[in-house]
Amino acid sequence: MSRKKITVATTGLNNTDNPGPGIPVIRGILESKIFDARIIGLAYENLEPGIYMHDLVNKSYQIPYPTAGSDILLKRLEYITDTEKIDVLIPNYDAELYTFMKSADELNKLGIKTFLPTLKQFEERHKSNLPAFGKKYGIKVPHSRPIFNDREIYTLTTDFQFPLLVKGKYYDAYVAHNPEQAKMYFHRISGKWGLPIIIQEHITGTEVNVVALGDGNGNTIGAVPMRKQYVTDKGKAWAGIALGDTNLLKITSDLIKRTKWRGGMELEMIKTKENEYYLIEINPRLPAWVYLAVGAGQNLPEALVKLSLGMDVKPFDDYEVGKLFIRYSFDLICDLEEFEKLSLNAEL
Amino acid sequence: MNINKKIAISESGFLFDSLTGDSYSMNPIAVEIVSMLKKDMTPDEIKYALLEKYEVSTSVMEKSVDEFIDTLKNLNIVSE
Repeated sequence: MSRKKITVATTGLNNTDNPGPGIPVIRGILESKIFDARIIGLAYENLEPGIYMHDLVNKSYQIPYPTAGSDILLKRLEYITDTEKIDVLIPNYDAELYTFMKSADELNKLGIKTFLPTLKQFEERHKSNLPAFGKKYGIKVPHSRPIFNDREIYTLTTDFQFPLLVKGKYYDAYVAHNPEQAKMYFHRISGKWGLPIIIQEHITGTEVNVVALGDGNGNTIGAVPMRKQYVTDKGKAWAGIALGDTNLLKITSDLIKRTKWRGGMELEMIKTKENEYYLIEINPRLPAWVYLAVGAGQNLPEALVKLSLGMDVKPFDDYEVGKLFIRYSFDLICDLEEFEKLSLNAEL
Repeated sequence: MNINKKIAISESGFLFDSLTGDSYSMNPIAVEIVSMLKKDMTPDEIKYALLEKYEVSTSVMEKSVDEFIDTLKNLNIVSE
């Protein structure tokens, strides 16, 4: 059977020690048996490694940061679509999702399909809204509270006990053992990601994560739970193993059913010694370790492309438990001309 | 005593708990004990079988088997 030729654009090409999901998403799509995909990389920085991975990314374009607003982003995408016929666009960063969700209709007019969470889904799962989210959907969540200035840290002891977690609204989380540490992390994170900062109860247990894909009608297209086996100093998984935890799968499918989740997601959970599961975060996109799901038998990036194109997608019913992923670093050698071309022309 | 259904044990003595992701390497005696547990043998039957096979005092054997089974219970690998 000949494969359908399509062009897929993705962000998240920063395949660093704190990787974006772009490269693993691309690898899944390129392994598709039904799509023959041309990959367009959309990059924010000129040293995102994916730009220079020519065996995975056919062409890259720099795009404006989300803070520039959706109008400027759309203008840039209009320029790109003058030369590239993009069929599907997969944004891979939390911080850019809002802009892409808001622009979905305009993107559609450009012939670009997306399959993203709804604004309501995106907003209600925000870290700062997690207690209300847990209550609404019947999931245990740690006690948490958004704060907007560092003086609030000294009033936390009425609600919280140290150690506690200090988290950014998009990224970063640190365990603080006293108010001074909490204050230091407040400024470190807010300087990078803005306000609010989320203070969260520190639940002791094993961190387990689930990558999943919802079809927007309440059906789970696929889900694979994973435990980190090796963690970097940034808390990112450098190795992980697919678990056969049916409780986690049930929690995930129940959540997708009740929220009618649309698109990729990552559930970050803590399993306590008492076998209780606490939801600590929902990331509204496929995570950087999604290639483990592909390796375990669920090509979720391919399924996401199919959903974007309005194709029927049959839910996966199995995966290989015990499959491992192990990351490695690799030095790409690039010619100065390539870097120069990207820096001057914003495309390569 | 039952081996947890989520436990996979290879012939080489590698034990994988698919619920937690934990894995363990067992020495040959541990592999023997676990395979006897899989055959639904009781701790007393296991001790008797090992005493027949190895030159070891009853007290050392009983203590070692009990400790190992306690470890398996603590790790949720077996349950009563």
